[in-house]
Amino acid sequence: MASILMQKSQQADQYEKERLEHTPWVEKYRPKNLDDVAAQDHAVKVLKKTIESANLPHMLFYGPPGTGKTSTILALSKQLYGPNLYKSRVLELNASDERGISIVRQKIKNFARLTVSNPTKDDLENYPCPPYKIIILDEADSMTNDAQSALRRTIENYSSVTRFCLICNYITRIIDPLASRCSKFRFKSLNNDNALNRLKYIAEEEHINLNRNEPVLEEVLKISGGDLRKAITFLQSATKLNNSLKGAQDLEDEDVQMLGEEGETNADGTITISSVREIAGVISDSVINEIAEVIKAKDHKRIITEINEIILQGWSAQQVLDQLHDKFILDDQINSLAKNGIAKTLFTVDKRLNNGTDEHVQLLDLCLQVAKIL
Amino acid sequence: MSLWVDKYRPKNLGSLSYHGTITQNLQALARSGDFPHLLIYGPSGAGKKTRIYATLNEIFGSQVEKLKIDVKTFVTSSNRKLEFNVLSSAYHLEITPSDMGNNDRVVIQDLLKDIASIEQVDFNNQSSSKTKHRFKVVIINEADSLSRDAQAALRRTMEKYSSNIRLILVCNSISNIIPPIKSRTLLIRIPSPSTEEISSILSHVARKESVKFSSTNEAEINKFLGTLADNSNRNLRKALLSFETVAMQNETIALNNSSLSIINLDWEVLIRNLSVTIRQNRNVATLAKVRVTMYELLSHCIPARTILKTLLFNLLELFTQQTLIEELVDLGSVFDERLSLGQKSIFHLEGFVAKAMVAIDNALS
Repeated sequence: MASILMQKSQQADQYEKERLEHTPWVEKYRPKNLDDVAAQDHAVKVLKKTIESANLPHMLFYGPPGTGKTSTILALSKQLYGPNLYKSRVLELNASDERGISIVRQKIKNFARLTVSNPTKDDLENYPCPPYKIIILDEADSMTNDAQSALRRTIENYSSVTRFCLICNYITRIIDPLASRCSKFRFKSLNNDNALNRLKYIAEEEHINLNRNEPVLEEVLKISGGDLRKAITFLQSATKLNNSLKGAQDLEDEDVQMLGEEGETNADGTITISSVREIAGVISDSVINEIAEVIKAKDHKRIITEINEIILQGWSAQQVLDQLHDKFILDDQINSLAKNGIAKTLFTVDKRLNNGTDEHVQLLDLCLQVAKIL
Repeated sequence: MSLWVDKYRPKNLGSLSYHGTITQNLQALARSGDFPHLLIYGPSGAGKKTRIYATLNEIFGSQVEKLKIDVKTFVTSSNRKLEFNVLSSAYHLEITPSDMGNNDRVVIQDLLKDIASIEQVDFNNQSSSKTKHRFKVVIINEADSLSRDAQAALRRTMEKYSSNIRLILVCNSISNIIPPIKSRTLLIRIPSPSTEEISSILSHVARKESVKFSSTNEAEINKFLGTLADNSNRNLRKALLSFETVAMQNETIALNNSSLSIINLDWEVLIRNLSVTIRQNRNVATLAKVRVTMYELLSHCIPARTILKTLLFNLLELFTQQTLIEELVDLGSVFDERLSLGQKSIFHLEGFVAKAMVAIDNALS
């Protein structure tokens, strides 16, 4: 009997282990408590105070994606309640859940007016366990205005037993009456040092084989533009691809008896800048330089064939736009007046692309217009 | 008897003929038995689907080729019943949610959550890899025409159920995919094959099918196939189809007859004639004639944006003045935007023609 039980638990362990392998690193390395949250000193300091006094205002977190808004509130609520009480005290809703006005009226209201459950003695000793529940509304800027106004009264009515935490990217999308009921925390985009430390930590934990001659992690950060989640996902994709490539290499190597020389190919299991760029869909510099040169040459027939080639290569117009922007705006040889014109053209084309127009025509227009300005 | 396109479609990764590094990557992923969510993009006829099926074949064995069509019904929030086709095998499903128009969010939420909450049981693993496949693969076609809502609904599903489900998104361009989805997937870009690659495939098919040419000179045959590839705009599927048409119509293909290598579709010819008319007679009477042709094209279900684009590029070929080209492209991009925002496409098409006439008039006088 005991052996069967042992086997069962072993199987369960194995299963858990496999599951953990499949979980994205973003979830795996989510900060467990407030001290782990990178770079948001101001918000963290205020929130820590609230843990001590066990009193919490309604909160509104806003800031660009990947700066730790969700992580902060999750870490805070874990610290407040501990794992046992967490389930009954915290309600988390995000954009994948239905969040129309009916849900606000029923689900949120019902949860908000429940009286708080009693904490066990164990929990009371280890955690503050304040006498209120927390409702987290993630991605609140995608809620309709109706749903938001339905929240107004709910927030006030049940404030004795429930605290709300709204999380959004754009504070302008939250209606004023809601915003004025919450204390606001701005999450600024991460500065490089903090984010880099976090990436380095993950790279060490996961034993990632980075190419030592190149600043790979710095490049990952640069591509992701301050969005730590994006950076971590890129890192994971790159590792997964490279690991499987490495596995393939090993199999072949066994056949040819390992000649003892370093493989010169990209497939030796280290992550290089170029492999990260390919995964992120970033166009290589040589292609962008070529486009810029063709534009500067002002030969319209050549521009037409060049753009045709770009489209056939499958590059995304949006990406071309982004990188051309960097290229032209940072170019010192172009005077400010021309830069003005270029920026305006870029803006127009970007808007049109967002309206779902044809990439080929728009990209061609962009290049011809820029050529005209130069 | 199947079409050559299907007959000579590579069934596994080993027999793919171009884009060696992509194949190598896919092979590595397939061998490890597991892969992250994929986002595969590239122009049409580049071989996106072929590569996906080849990869699945490598992972799951030949079972993935046994397809069946299910009809699923959904109920929208306004209590309307919707029918939806799902192509599936034992290991994967293939859906085209954009068929549903505005209701694609319901499909994404219901169907995917349904599939994702059931764990796949892998009893008889026929493929050679040792790992068990706990997941089911869902291929989503035309992911770029998914609405924003549907894409937003996708993002949490991708993370939450990532142990039970693997998504493969297929699209032509990633401009319309929201950034959160892009950052959750492994991007794989599949460029169009080069002219040489297409003509080598065509000559391979020609040998297998023993197509007769009027001369046996290798260089001449290659030249003929090269023009065929160029005219199909490096779309492999189109090239193969038009090659088959040529071979069907002529018992022996006369290599010196250059008109054979250009298969023109009726609507393309119509638009080309249209552009010539616009260049010659720029007046209101022509505009009235243009309207008749436009209506005919639209009633044959040629998308308005395709008409505009083809017309624009035909016009560009007719002129050499730099300023005129600039102006025409600019007009084209403006009306392209209006087409995608507006409802009645004939207005915008006519508007473009009228504006283009004025521009040409100014440039020539």
